[in-house]
Amino acid sequence: MKFFRQVLSITEMNLKNIIQRSGSSIVIIVGIAGSVAVMVSLLAMAEGLNSTISSTGKEDRVIILREGASSELGSGLAMSQVDVVANSPGIKSVDGEPLISAEVFSIIDLKKKGAVATSNLPMRGVQPQSFKIRPEIQIIEGRNFTSGTSEVIVGKGAHNQYENVDIGDEIKVRDSVATVVGIFSSGGNVHESEIWADLATSQGIFRRGASASSMIIQLEDSDSFDDLGVYVESYPDFEFRVTRENDFYNDQASGSDLIKLFGQIVGYIMAVGAVFAALNTMYSAVSSRLVEIGTLRALGFNGMTVLAALLIEAMILSIIGGVVGASIAYVLFNGYTVSTLAGGSFSQTAFNFAVTRDVVGQGMSLALTVGFIGGIFPAWNAARRDITEALRSI
Amino acid sequence: MKYWMIVKSGIERKRIRTIMTVLSIAVAFTLFSLGRSVAVAFNSEIDYAGKDRLIVSSRLSFTDGLPLAHKNRIETLDGVKAVAYRQWFGGTYIERANFFPKWPIPPEYLDIYTELSLSESEISAFKNNIQGMIAGKELADKFSWKIGDRIPIIPDIWPKKGGGVWEFDLVGIFTHSDGGIENEAYINWEYFDEAREFETGKVGTFVVQLENSDSSEKIAQLIDDLFINSQDETKTSTEEAFAKMFAEQTGDIGLIVNSVLAASFFTILLLTSNTMSQAIRERTSELGVLKSIGYSDQKIMLFVILESMFICVFGSLIGIMIAFLIFPIFSEIAGGFGPNIEFSFTILLSGILLAILMAFISGIFPAYSAMKLKVVDALRMN
Repeated sequence: MKFFRQVLSITEMNLKNIIQRSGSSIVIIVGIAGSVAVMVSLLAMAEGLNSTISSTGKEDRVIILREGASSELGSGLAMSQVDVVANSPGIKSVDGEPLISAEVFSIIDLKKKGAVATSNLPMRGVQPQSFKIRPEIQIIEGRNFTSGTSEVIVGKGAHNQYENVDIGDEIKVRDSVATVVGIFSSGGNVHESEIWADLATSQGIFRRGASASSMIIQLEDSDSFDDLGVYVESYPDFEFRVTRENDFYNDQASGSDLIKLFGQIVGYIMAVGAVFAALNTMYSAVSSRLVEIGTLRALGFNGMTVLAALLIEAMILSIIGGVVGASIAYVLFNGYTVSTLAGGSFSQTAFNFAVTRDVVGQGMSLALTVGFIGGIFPAWNAARRDITEALRSI
Repeated sequence: MKYWMIVKSGIERKRIRTIMTVLSIAVAFTLFSLGRSVAVAFNSEIDYAGKDRLIVSSRLSFTDGLPLAHKNRIETLDGVKAVAYRQWFGGTYIERANFFPKWPIPPEYLDIYTELSLSESEISAFKNNIQGMIAGKELADKFSWKIGDRIPIIPDIWPKKGGGVWEFDLVGIFTHSDGGIENEAYINWEYFDEAREFETGKVGTFVVQLENSDSSEKIAQLIDDLFINSQDETKTSTEEAFAKMFAEQTGDIGLIVNSVLAASFFTILLLTSNTMSQAIRERTSELGVLKSIGYSDQKIMLFVILESMFICVFGSLIGIMIAFLIFPIFSEIAGGFGPNIEFSFTILLSGILLAILMAFISGIFPAYSAMKLKVVDALRMN
């Protein structure tokens, strides 16, 4: 108990003096705040991209592509095959109709707001069942397209980013036009970056004839995946890749792992720099306080107490740095929308930075590590100094 | 160097602090070098793109094909020297992580892209072997391919008629004489077009070689006018603009990563130059002693600048060296993501220049005040 009281009283004294030594304390705080801000913002970017893509998939939905295809863009299936798959067991039915939708996934080139060149905007042609399979799709403005017409609806994300995709606008596609009749949201997943149209319209625009890119299926329940798999495999001439939708989108989100890794690497490299800055500061803090430390020792405080107090001081500074850094990242980036070319789809996916608890946690543990390493060596050095030598340095 | 002793004693005055300062500068320059190499990589494709070449793609989207018949009509335009074409092949070599671009091309493509250097015999082998494939040196090295190897590619976008795996014979290994991309492979158009299941007669994009680059915009417009209001409208841009369009689309992320790197670099620089100026300020009285025994103001200033110069340049060299050593790991990670990144001499050079600039900035203020110092004041400060 005595030990703690002593540590506490020295720490209190140190903290009261901190203002006098504000210059060197700020060096520690800035160094740590910088590394934490960098790491948190890069991780928040990775987190945002990852959750946008992977939240698109559900465990009880299945996506079927051509064997060997890694994305919908590189896949193709005949409509006759879709009809066969529709008879498979394990598919949920509503009003006697199996919940299966053949979809054409392609890209159209449109201009982003304020851009000179065009960007790749994904366009998805869907069958009516698609809206039952994906209840997360909600029309938030206007109305849904009418089957058999060249009407389209635009995802919220695409609507915010692209020019001339408001309700009533006409998009030129080949030698005809498509009219925007509605805006939809999809709970923040990748579909919000897409334009949706009727399957037949898409097949016409992209000259797909009687073919589609993929099939999306609602299972009766998550366990009926195997029933579907066995049925599809019983047709030896079907070269399909049958995947649970969540697995498929987790795979598509692999680009975010790279950003995450990159964020961690850069964060750690910066942390090493911050450690050196902290060491420098704490060493000079110790050497300028040698007399003080010597006096404390002469009064009967032991070495361990001095060490603990100095370490606590460094840790407090690092916590302040960590909080400052995380706050900077939060204020600058949380919810900030960016878009990039997403993995296999070669098209623009919009996502928000997500400064989550986990991300902040990683940043704070980085800060504490830096504070600990930066504090322990100088504190150790101070604690084992000879009392007379320390006092003599007046 | 006559004054080395004095500079050296400044550097060795507090050894731990000097070491820490050098190391934190090293960290800043590690970040700098890695960041630069990524930024350079994102722009490299643009740098190597020709200004006297046009890319003609479908107006609807770059994934939409164009009829081969467009070629004859484009060739009739004045100022057009040659027209070739290619298609994105996709496909997987053994496993998905091995991804590299593969393009079916007609033989005349190699006459336009003269920077792909191949021997005469390799070119004729490619023309004569319908299943021939030529690959960039980097790619061949990566998979230890030798001429004569059979390369299987699992199809995705382009299935073969009757199914099965595409197989190609490696007949040539090219280098890129401008230092451009060498991680691509080319295969014969004729074989691809005959053996694919659908879209025979459709090309991905046309490549138009112009007589000279002055008229590129005018000819681009003329090409688009040829097909306006047809089923297959075109969008023609210079190869440079085409590459830029792709680079800009990954844009947001690239920009953020770069600005974050820049921010972190400058944070560390700020901290270190603060420490360095502090180290010099602590020694004001010592500088006063030097002055009192007759060193001129300019010499004092020189000592201070030389000292910070030594620390900065030494630190930056260590940092660039660390970056160079961890670079293979870094580029392995980034490999599947963007264009291949390279460590270049310009990074070294710009790093050292930046270090000198940094030394100057962090040294100049304390150096100046040391120079202006009156001997009596300086000595009194003790």
